[in-house]
Amino acid sequence: MTTVTNPESTRTDSEGHRHDAAISAMHAAEREALIKQTSEGGQELRPRSELTAKELMREVGAVLRLSEADAAKLGAIDAEAVVPGTTGDAEEQTMIINMGPQHPSTHGVLRLMLELQGETVLRCKPIIGYLHTGMEKTGEELTFMQGGTNVTRMDYVSPLNNELVFSMATEKLLGIDGDIPERAVWMRMLLSEMNRMSSHLLFMATNGMDLGAVSMMLYGWREREEVLRFFQKVTGLRMNHNFIRPGGVAADLPAGWRDDVLRLLDLIPPRLEEYDILMTGQPIWRDRLQGVGVITAQEALALGATGPILRSTGTPWDLRRDMPYLRYEEVDFDVIVGTYGDCFDRFAIRLNEIRESMRIVRQILDKMPSGDYRIQNKKVTPPPRARIDESMEALIHHFKIFTEGFKVPEGEVYVAIESPRGEIGCYIASDGSAKPYRMHVRGPSFVNLQCLPHMLRNCLVADAIAIISSVDPVLGEVDR
Amino acid sequence: MSNAPTPSDADAPADEVPATEAPATEVHGYPITDSRGQTVVHVPRDKYVSLIKLLADDGYIQASDLCGVDYLTHPRRTLPDGVVAERFEVVVNLLDIEHRRRLRVRVQVPSDDATCPTLFDVHPGTEAMEREAYDMFGISFTDHPDLTRILMPEDWDGHPLRKDYAVGAIPVQFSNDYATAGRPSVVPGVPS
Repeated sequence: MTTVTNPESTRTDSEGHRHDAAISAMHAAEREALIKQTSEGGQELRPRSELTAKELMREVGAVLRLSEADAAKLGAIDAEAVVPGTTGDAEEQTMIINMGPQHPSTHGVLRLMLELQGETVLRCKPIIGYLHTGMEKTGEELTFMQGGTNVTRMDYVSPLNNELVFSMATEKLLGIDGDIPERAVWMRMLLSEMNRMSSHLLFMATNGMDLGAVSMMLYGWREREEVLRFFQKVTGLRMNHNFIRPGGVAADLPAGWRDDVLRLLDLIPPRLEEYDILMTGQPIWRDRLQGVGVITAQEALALGATGPILRSTGTPWDLRRDMPYLRYEEVDFDVIVGTYGDCFDRFAIRLNEIRESMRIVRQILDKMPSGDYRIQNKKVTPPPRARIDESMEALIHHFKIFTEGFKVPEGEVYVAIESPRGEIGCYIASDGSAKPYRMHVRGPSFVNLQCLPHMLRNCLVADAIAIISSVDPVLGEVDR
Repeated sequence: MSNAPTPSDADAPADEVPATEAPATEVHGYPITDSRGQTVVHVPRDKYVSLIKLLADDGYIQASDLCGVDYLTHPRRTLPDGVVAERFEVVVNLLDIEHRRRLRVRVQVPSDDATCPTLFDVHPGTEAMEREAYDMFGISFTDHPDLTRILMPEDWDGHPLRKDYAVGAIPVQFSNDYATAGRPSVVPGVPS
């Protein structure tokens, strides 16, 4: 275990003079406890003077496979760009500032520590955990039946994808992954694609807002709300649906769902064209995004990045096409890739992925089979409501399945699907009981955030906002 | 913007070892098991990094996921012959983009020496995941460049995802604050 120096606590002590009057009232031990409780110490970005070559290497060089000497050179302060009125001394040249966790552009509670030289970012360290609620621990206390209510709250912008990956992992453990009725599978695809649309529409809104296109924020939220209204009709809730469950989905599609989907498919394309006018073709928009936050394919792969970040580097990797799940091999769609790996590519990929999702949804409308919406396996499926009134056995069955849940055979699986943010994976180890022994979710945002220090290096603070926005992190999933 | 065909043998099914190895029983000399159609390699701790390096040369260029598992209350899990079950496990999911396949590596980590070598030199993307495993399970990754807590506060006691971590007996934070001074610092009704 590493011992970590704690610059924060010492600084609080020396700066404390102003607050002496207030603090003297506190008991010394109490005061020490308070400092300890509010200190984040070792998780923070440390000043350059305390930095070891190895840490610098981690921050700047490891992905590029540099030697320590080269990494040190890359991380060195630019002697040409000495801030006027200062000496070339490193301590005087640079300043560590804190951004977040309450900054509006950090999409929740992401905190970044930036080392600046003038307005240029030299180093950056994302600090996370402010939204940590122990969801993986909670997952061990909930049955497989209840687990969906937990995972759906992780990436709250694409809840249906979380439910889907959890359900698929559970079904694989149960050995029923091949027996899910066709209608349930296609419904899952429909919901998953609609969710991709709503998630990317929200990205359009926040990306616009972060860059000063404030009307875009209203437009993006407006269109997303249209999709959420459809979700509300189908699942009963706008978010956190718990609709996709092990064994199928919770209910059949409501009457008139086809008209609602068709209405959306007619409504959104002209709106996307408005986005093109407002943003894509706009010189200011392009200037703000093109060439900003560049990452290479090699870096992205090494850092574990997936989704639009990886595709923006020109790597055509989309689990829907490359490792098909559900029935994605039966629908026709394009994997959108970028070329330069910059913020503009990531924006354009997401915009066009909305179009591709609509293309998939149109095909789903044609191919939606009739039939059951959940597996008729008494082990995992509760009896229909009508049966409970007439059959004592059905009532007992219903009671048992909701109080005890169903037992899942011992084993462990990892299932991954393509969420709007990249590969969302679910690793479940079961000990044969009704609760997961271990439930781990590989959140794409959590991994993608590691790209930030590499994208931010040597950019301007103003561009940092654009870059954070283009990673599109959802902090609920980062911290879980 | 096209459905460009990726790399070679596009028809190789996911989650399977290449057909050339037929029904393989080992990878680079380490036993593999089949878990619901997914391939799992069991490797001793001291050979772990060298195996991951060999696998990276085989095409597993991305470490999708790394997590810890605490098998304290489930010691009798199925493992291949010759693998001794320990309390902790480090589970790494690797991805081969070219051949479109996955592979899982499981490493046994004993509780009296809960350390494991870091994968940082092979896959820098495991940095945050190893920090998370350290934070949640107390598994120290040797030579990790920045092994600090990542999700819990720096001064947190214990590792929450361990099976012997006392749930419900967590002192209320900020109870020394002026407004709440004097209130009990432990959740009422929960034995400490």
